[in-house]
Amino acid sequence: MQLTLWTYEGPPHVGAMRVATAMRDVHYVLHAPQGDTYADLLFTMIERLPRRPPVTYTTFQARDLGSDTATLFKDAAREAYERFRPAALLVGASCTAELIQDDPGGLALALGLPVPVVPLELPAYQKKENWGAAETFYRVVRSLATPHAPPAGFKRPPRPSDRRATCNILGPTALGFRHRDDLRAVREMLDLLGVEVAVVAPLGASPADIARLGEADFNVLLYAETAGQAAQWLTRTFDQPCVRTVPIGVRATRAFIEEVAALAGCDPQPALAGVPSHSSWYSRSVDSTYLTGKRVFVFGDATHAIAAARVAAEELGFTVVGLGSYSREFAREVREAARGYGVEALISDDYLEIEAKVAELQPELVLGTQMERHVAKRLKIPCAVISAPVHVQDFPARYSPQMGFEGANVLFDTWVHPLMMGLEEHLLTMFRGDFEFHDAAPASHLGSAAATAPAAPAQAAPADAVASAAWTPDAERELGKIPFFVRGKARRNTERYAAERALSQITVETLYDAKAHFSR
Amino acid sequence: MNAEAIGCATPATAATAPRVLTERGQREVFCGLTGIIWLHRKIQDAFFLVVGSRTCAHLIQSAAGVMIFAEPRFATAIIDERDLAGLADANTELDRVVTQLLARRPDIKLLFLVGSCPSEVIKLDLSRAAARLSTRFSPQVRILNYSGSGIETTFTQGEDACLASWVPSLPAAPAAPPRLLVVGALADIVEDQMRRTFAEIGAGEVDFLPPRRSTEPPAVGANTRFLLAQPFLGDTARALEARGARHVPAPFPLGARGTRDWFRAAARALDLQPERVERALEPRFERAERALITYRERLAGKRLFLFPDSQLEIPLARFLAEELDAQLIEVGTPYLHRAHLAQELARLPADTNIVEGQHVERQLERCVAAAPDLVVCGLGLANPLEALGLTTKWSIELVFTPIQGFEQAADLAELFARPLLRRTRLVA
Ligand code: SF4
Ligand code: SF4
Repeated sequence: MQLTLWTYEGPPHVGAMRVATAMRDVHYVLHAPQGDTYADLLFTMIERLPRRPPVTYTTFQARDLGSDTATLFKDAAREAYERFRPAALLVGASCTAELIQDDPGGLALALGLPVPVVPLELPAYQKKENWGAAETFYRVVRSLATPHAPPAGFKRPPRPSDRRATCNILGPTALGFRHRDDLRAVREMLDLLGVEVAVVAPLGASPADIARLGEADFNVLLYAETAGQAAQWLTRTFDQPCVRTVPIGVRATRAFIEEVAALAGCDPQPALAGVPSHSSWYSRSVDSTYLTGKRVFVFGDATHAIAAARVAAEELGFTVVGLGSYSREFAREVREAARGYGVEALISDDYLEIEAKVAELQPELVLGTQMERHVAKRLKIPCAVISAPVHVQDFPARYSPQMGFEGANVLFDTWVHPLMMGLEEHLLTMFRGDFEFHDAAPASHLGSAAATAPAAPAQAAPADAVASAAWTPDAERELGKIPFFVRGKARRNTERYAAERALSQITVETLYDAKAHFSR
Repeated sequence: MNAEAIGCATPATAATAPRVLTERGQREVFCGLTGIIWLHRKIQDAFFLVVGSRTCAHLIQSAAGVMIFAEPRFATAIIDERDLAGLADANTELDRVVTQLLARRPDIKLLFLVGSCPSEVIKLDLSRAAARLSTRFSPQVRILNYSGSGIETTFTQGEDACLASWVPSLPAAPAAPPRLLVVGALADIVEDQMRRTFAEIGAGEVDFLPPRRSTEPPAVGANTRFLLAQPFLGDTARALEARGARHVPAPFPLGARGTRDWFRAAARALDLQPERVERALEPRFERAERALITYRERLAGKRLFLFPDSQLEIPLARFLAEELDAQLIEVGTPYLHRAHLAQELARLPADTNIVEGQHVERQLERCVAAAPDLVVCGLGLANPLEALGLTTKWSIELVFTPIQGFEQAADLAELFARPLLRRTRLVA
């Protein structure tokens, strides 16, 4: 048993719903109690989809348990087929139905429906949402594309020169973080390269589209969390190469374009020159010098966390002081990336652990999920959201991709916006006594809304284990003159300095001794 | 909860009750865990620990439509593989989690262990766990348990189960003159207004269940006259009766008339002086009626379709028909407690279609075919219906907003009128 306040991911069947809801002409029959229908509102209210997810829940009750929940499932599956006439039926169980072991797959197959039935086994007590999405997509692809698979050991013949190169785009789902906009950004790049998009899946794909996935020359994988497993199978089965570079940030976008161009045998220049990126120039602009070395903590799903850390370090000149992910499936990749910044990756889905880490590191910017936004708000640290779990705010009305050159511009804007502007930061440091312009005042461009009352002490953050030396009133006052966004760090460093030297008192001099000691 | 099985002192009058159709099929409703969203804010020193799955945790996190980011007084002990495979003893694990939680939250005085579908299917006995842990943590913390599972409870029934679990351990009231107990979670502001009105009609001290602090629970006994503020409290009512308390049959305090008659029922049960009661109620009633006029103009004749959600549907339908002259096409309810709703049912137009239970697909077909002016439904259905050109009011707001009492009568009407007004405003 694990004590959980907030979860980063829903149960695996919600992942399956993200795939089913993204697709056309499929229906998902889920053996589940009535309360599980809450999942519909994720799609209709958070993503604001104008239609219900294509899901039928059996909604069995306690009184059914004694009698025949299996019959209930069969009736629901048959009725759902009759009513919706999908081209493929997905069937599975949620956590409760998993315990009663009715075997939805077997039951549905026994109905002899005239369409493919894809049984989903999603262990609800072990796995989570993204795994569920990946497994579902993999099962769907495998069962619908296998009939079109070439014999084992197939080698893809070279593309005839009179035909344009084609590719599939894999990964976008319903309820994905900016998937809709990323897809458009990627399509635009492929267009400029003259590469034809055969199928996008799961988003918008029908079972017939899935069946012809093997026809394209190669695949473009946008989110390994949802489509990595399916992409691997396609590579193995159809000898389809796969572009795995995720085009988040200017440099990765260039690499992506070059990789695609190489596979498609076309000239990358139109795409490289086609879209100017403001972000690189803005980052070079002298007013951005103040961004140098800003200490940033990054947390999210693996794809977004790894990409964000890279962009933060290479394209904004920040210092990555922490990097982590709740995607255990990709722990290896995240650890590897973290090593590059000289930090140890935090692989955890325990929100309290991440909160404690942020409190300990006192970064100047948090790039995280909605959970970290909350943590950062309490700790009064600026924050931008880079990854799912999604919130209604993560579906902006405007076009706002993370990928491609335009995506890089979006990242620049959304990450720099929460920070204090350069000159303002200096003025604040120089004139601490100004009654209107003190450190309780928010960055002026953020309006009064940001001037929230001091955050309640982070209840979750474990009290510092080290018994700290006492601050003299003078030292405490001096500390107060340090801008609030570095004050936490100054306090922590000074106390550490004092503790290491077994000082019982912290004076103004200790403060500056510590400052000199820790200065980079 | 099963009406037929209850020994009812006030059975519904079959002659006046509208026709009720019972439907079975897919139910698009929340489970009882959802009640935690308002209960954990209402009882300020209580904590709700769901013993369940990741689904349960995700439900509570998502049910309000957005995440609630204040430090929550609820959490989930997520059952995992090891608990199921018997590698870890589930009871030992639960004790560990509770200990961890109480160490983290020393301010908690009352802990509810909340059962879920998984905990019930694996037959984890939470009442024994609660007893065991109570012994260990008393007197600092009391530990109770109830079921919020989707196989046993629907949405607001979670509150019923919660309060019912509390009743047996409420302190005993000394033999004394009759004293009123208002049952059902209400917004604090509504509670305060009601206290003032009760004082004015001469009802003296009135208790509320749930109390704002678990350390100040109401006493119950033979002198207790309880008045339901919510229509979904069948089990709580029975538990109170088992303690000798007596139920005061009444309509529900929705709208001007519902509220007035609710107070009148209390006054009769306490044998208060009618003139004084009317003198106190009249100006409030008048003011509420006046505030309703503009909304009646907007809602009169409007054709409404209510999907089942909170069991508030019947009293809401009564308010809409009786006080706002709306027309009711269909009134769904997840469950119909005929006795508690007897007075409401009697006041509904005779031809009202009431549907108990749900077959969501058929109900949607009926709804779309009827093309109502306003559909009252849950969050999963609202936007899809809007996309079909219908106007909707999401019902969860009726549970999360103060709607009871005289002063809120117009606010309640406004909740229904707003979507209609919005439709007329938007041009793009
Ligand atoms: S219906 Fe059951 S399994 Fe689903 S969230 Fe509610 S209690 Fe948990
Ligand atoms: S509480 Fe009232 S309505 Fe319910 S069983 Fe008792 S007497 Fe009947």
